[in-house]
Amino acid sequence: MIETPKITGDRIKEYLSQGKRFDGRKTNEFRKITIETGVSKNAEGSARVRLGNTEVLVGVKLDVTEPYADSQSEGNLMVTAEFLTMSSSRLDLGPQPFESLELARVIDRGIRESHLIDLHGLCIKEREKVWNVMIDIYSINDDGNLLDAAGIGAIAALKTAKIPKYNEETGKTVFGEWTDKRIPLSKDTPISLTIHKIGNSLILDPTKEEEDISETRVTVCSANGIVYSLQKGESKELSVEEFQEILNLAEKTEKKIYKEIETNIK
Amino acid sequence: MTTEFKRPDGRKINELRKITAKVGVVPNADGSAIFGFGDTVAIAAVYGPKKMHPQHSQNPEKGTLRCTYNMLSFSVTERIRPGPSRRSQEISKITEWALQPVVMIDDFPGNVVDVHINVIQANASTRCAGINAAVMALAHAGIPMKNMVTSVSIGKLDKQLVTDLIKEEEDWEEGEGPTDIPITLTDDGKITHIQLDGNIPMKQLMETFELAKEAGKQIHEAQVKALKEAIEKK
Repeated sequence: MIETPKITGDRIKEYLSQGKRFDGRKTNEFRKITIETGVSKNAEGSARVRLGNTEVLVGVKLDVTEPYADSQSEGNLMVTAEFLTMSSSRLDLGPQPFESLELARVIDRGIRESHLIDLHGLCIKEREKVWNVMIDIYSINDDGNLLDAAGIGAIAALKTAKIPKYNEETGKTVFGEWTDKRIPLSKDTPISLTIHKIGNSLILDPTKEEEDISETRVTVCSANGIVYSLQKGESKELSVEEFQEILNLAEKTEKKIYKEIETNIK
Repeated sequence: MTTEFKRPDGRKINELRKITAKVGVVPNADGSAIFGFGDTVAIAAVYGPKKMHPQHSQNPEKGTLRCTYNMLSFSVTERIRPGPSRRSQEISKITEWALQPVVMIDDFPGNVVDVHINVIQANASTRCAGINAAVMALAHAGIPMKNMVTSVSIGKLDKQLVTDLIKEEEDWEEGEGPTDIPITLTDDGKITHIQLDGNIPMKQLMETFELAKEAGKQIHEAQVKALKEAIEKK
C-alpha cells in the first residue's frame, strides 16, 4: 500500500466538506467494531479487536516481581506495542516506526493516569513482591486508527484476564495455571479516543487513507467528562473552540464505545 | 477560586518562575538560545538549513524540521542513563509538532533544519523550556517564521489551577492529586501542542488556555527582548 495519492486526499477533503465519507459513514461514526476475547490460550487475558479492516491483538501477561523504588506497595504496569511487518506493506524489518512507540506510551498513560488498574490491589508483599502487568499490543492489519483499536483491546484483555497461581514458597508465578481472581479494575472504564482534523472537519475512526491526510489528532482518555490523559499529535494548530468541540466529541463517543466493549465481552 | 492557595515556593497561582532567556550561547551553531523557568534550564542549538542526508530522506517538495530533545545525565537528582529513551524520543517529536506550524520549512526543499535541545538542569516543565529555547534559537538562526510560540505547563493541584509547575507540585499528594498540562500556543492563541496527565473535568480544562495565554505574553516578551539584545550588540 503506497501513501494515499494527492488526488485521493483532495477528494476525501471535498467529500468531508459536505459531511460525507467514502464508505458512507458519518464523520462521528466508527466502523463496525468486533471484539473477541480469550484469543490466545496461554495469555492471562487477550483480545482481538477489529475496526473495519483494522485488526489488533492485545495480550496481558502477569508475573511476580519486585516493586519499583517509588511505588513499593503497588503492582507494576508496562505497555508495549509492535507494528508487525505483516500488518502493512509500508513496514520493513528493523526498528519500529515512531508511531508504535507513541501508541504504547499514549495507551500506557491513559491506563495509568485513570487508575483503571488498581495497582495497590496487585501488591503481594510490600517492598518485596508485586504483580507486574504487561500489556502487549500487536498490529495484525493496519487500515487506520490502530490507536483506538489498541485502547479497546487493552480494556477487553484486562477485563477478561485471570491472575495466575503464585507459589508462596518459591516466590514465583506458576505459569499456565490460573486462579479465579481477576485483575482489580476501577468502577469507571476510561476510554481512549482519537479525534482527527481534516480541513474543517473533525472525524472519528479514520481509515488509512483518511489518516494519511489527517492534519492533526488529539487522543483523549476520559470517562464521565473527566479527562485523564490527552495528547495532540501531528502539527496542524487548533483553535481553542476546535479543542472544545474535540472534547465534546470525545465525551459523547466514550459512552458508546464503553457499551460496545461491555456487550462484547460478556 | 481562593487566592490563598499556598504553593510550595510561595508563588501566586498564575506566577511564572523567574525567566532566563539569552541567545547566541553556542557559537558554532547557526542559532542558539538558553531558556529557563527558575531551576529548569534548556539550551537549544540550530544547525541548517543544510542538505538532508542520507539522500533518500530528502523531501523534494519541502524542508524537514528535525528536533532532538535530550536530558543530560546529571540534570536530575538521580542520574539518568545517557542517550535516547522512549520518553525523549516522544518529546522530540512533540517538539517538532509544536514548532512546525510557525516555521516556514517549506522554503527549503531537500534540506533539513536540525534543532538540538539539551536540558542541563531539571525541575519540571523541561519540554516547555526546551520548546521556548528552540523557537528562540530558530529565530536567532534567521529561519523564517510566521510567528513565535510559547510553551508553559499549567497544573491542577487538587482542584486549583496553577501556572508553571515545579517538581514538588508534579508530585502533589493532597486531594485530587496533580494534573500536568504542558501547552504550546502561537502568539494569536492557537494550540500547537497539548498533553495531559492526571484528572480534570472538561470544563476546567478549557480554563487552562487563559492561564497559558497570560503566561505566554510574559514568555514572548522575554524571548523578544533576548533576541533584540543580541542584535543591538552587533
